[in-house]
Amino acid sequence: MDYLSSANAGIFYLIVGIVLAFVVVMCFVFLIKSYKAGIEIGMDKKELKKIITSSATFTLLPSISILLGVVALSGTLGVPFSWLRLSVIGALQYELNVAEIAATALGLTGLNGIENMGQFVTIALVMTAGILGGIICCIFFLKKYLGKISSKPKKAETGEKKPSFGDHATTAMFVGLCAAYIGSYVGKMMPGQYHDYMPLFTAIVAAVVMAVFEFLIQKKDMKVLENFSLAASMLVAMAASVVLQLIIA
Amino acid sequence: MENKTKEQFFEEFNSGLHRIGRIMLILAVILLVAVPFVIGAINGVSPDWGGFIAGFANVGIVYIPVAIVEFLVYSPMLGVGGSYLSFLTGNVTNMKIPCAMNARDIAKTEVGTPENEIVSTISVATSAIVTTLVIVAGVVLLVPLQPVLASPVLQPAFDNVVPALFGALALKYFSKSPKIALIPLAIMCLLCIFVPSMITQTSILMIPSGGLALAIGFFLFKKGKL
Repeated sequence: MDYLSSANAGIFYLIVGIVLAFVVVMCFVFLIKSYKAGIEIGMDKKELKKIITSSATFTLLPSISILLGVVALSGTLGVPFSWLRLSVIGALQYELNVAEIAATALGLTGLNGIENMGQFVTIALVMTAGILGGIICCIFFLKKYLGKISSKPKKAETGEKKPSFGDHATTAMFVGLCAAYIGSYVGKMMPGQYHDYMPLFTAIVAAVVMAVFEFLIQKKDMKVLENFSLAASMLVAMAASVVLQLIIA
Repeated sequence: MENKTKEQFFEEFNSGLHRIGRIMLILAVILLVAVPFVIGAINGVSPDWGGFIAGFANVGIVYIPVAIVEFLVYSPMLGVGGSYLSFLTGNVTNMKIPCAMNARDIAKTEVGTPENEIVSTISVATSAIVTTLVIVAGVVLLVPLQPVLASPVLQPAFDNVVPALFGALALKYFSKSPKIALIPLAIMCLLCIFVPSMITQTSILMIPSGGLALAIGFFLFKKGKL
């Protein structure tokens, strides 16, 4: 039996299914607990349901891209392990990098060079161990760390209520995150090894569509569009990238 | 609910989340690490420990510091429940944080309030469930779907899903805080133009970029210009 047939054996689907069932159950536990807590402190049921609906619709499109990542990884690591890696902790860009690093550390030319299950198991273990950092930090430090952070505003609240930087801090952090991605797309526009105009084109289309949605939501008071503005902007931009590619081709 | 009772209730609620979260993550680590060993045992092979140490050393140099910084930066944005779930289910920056931010925007909750924590946890849990279900459905249908998904015509759309996400989000957040956005955006653009190897390092770039945006935001806040 060749390596990929072994990596795609039915029993591995079962193993991965068990791990993912555990993760989904835990998500439901957190969801139900938080929903009940929300009701308990007086939050509106409708508002909470709206959060669930908008988060679900928001997630659909990026989830399809993760699914495509599974397809992309499955050619070298088999479907079950790719499925596990992209469903728990991982993200495609990390997984591909780590798998490639692990494969070269084993003396292979790259991921395409895997020949047997011994090599596969070693790469799988490196991928798993290498990505556990965030989880380990959460297990040991999250309670203390968040406790320390949340105790700071409390001190301020005891005196005169001052405007807090907290609101601006998360927006600023997110502005920085977007700036890094947009900067990389601008860099890709330049001629050279990474030349690719499509990411910037797609980002600009998404931004323009989002601007239209923001205009309708803010100026025309069409609040109902709030839930769908992001997913719809992405969808239009992705469709535009297909059209542009067809035109060029 | 009165404010004091609400605070007490919320503290107890958070303690409960920490307890469940830690147990969940410990079990998850055991399950995840067991998978390669179980696969190996079924096939009668074991990991090449020399290869593992060499591979882990290379991976660890990059990803352990990144994991620590991500933990420090993102966990306050995600809150208690959101952090446990996000760090377990992954896709933190490209999905969970935008999802939580979007939910907070819709609910108009304020940072540091119980409502904000609850909204974050609900949005991250929903997002993780939906993603898992979409991927399960996709894997079940993988064989018949493969020709459609792998169709070269649709490829540009899926290759560019992340730019589509960040284009839309950038408009939203840059227009909210143009004063904060200007310098980090200019520096990131110039850096990626003049040091092209940075283009593939967005996971590292976002750390100085975020830090810079925070510093500018703090400076403007202190000057009363936000």
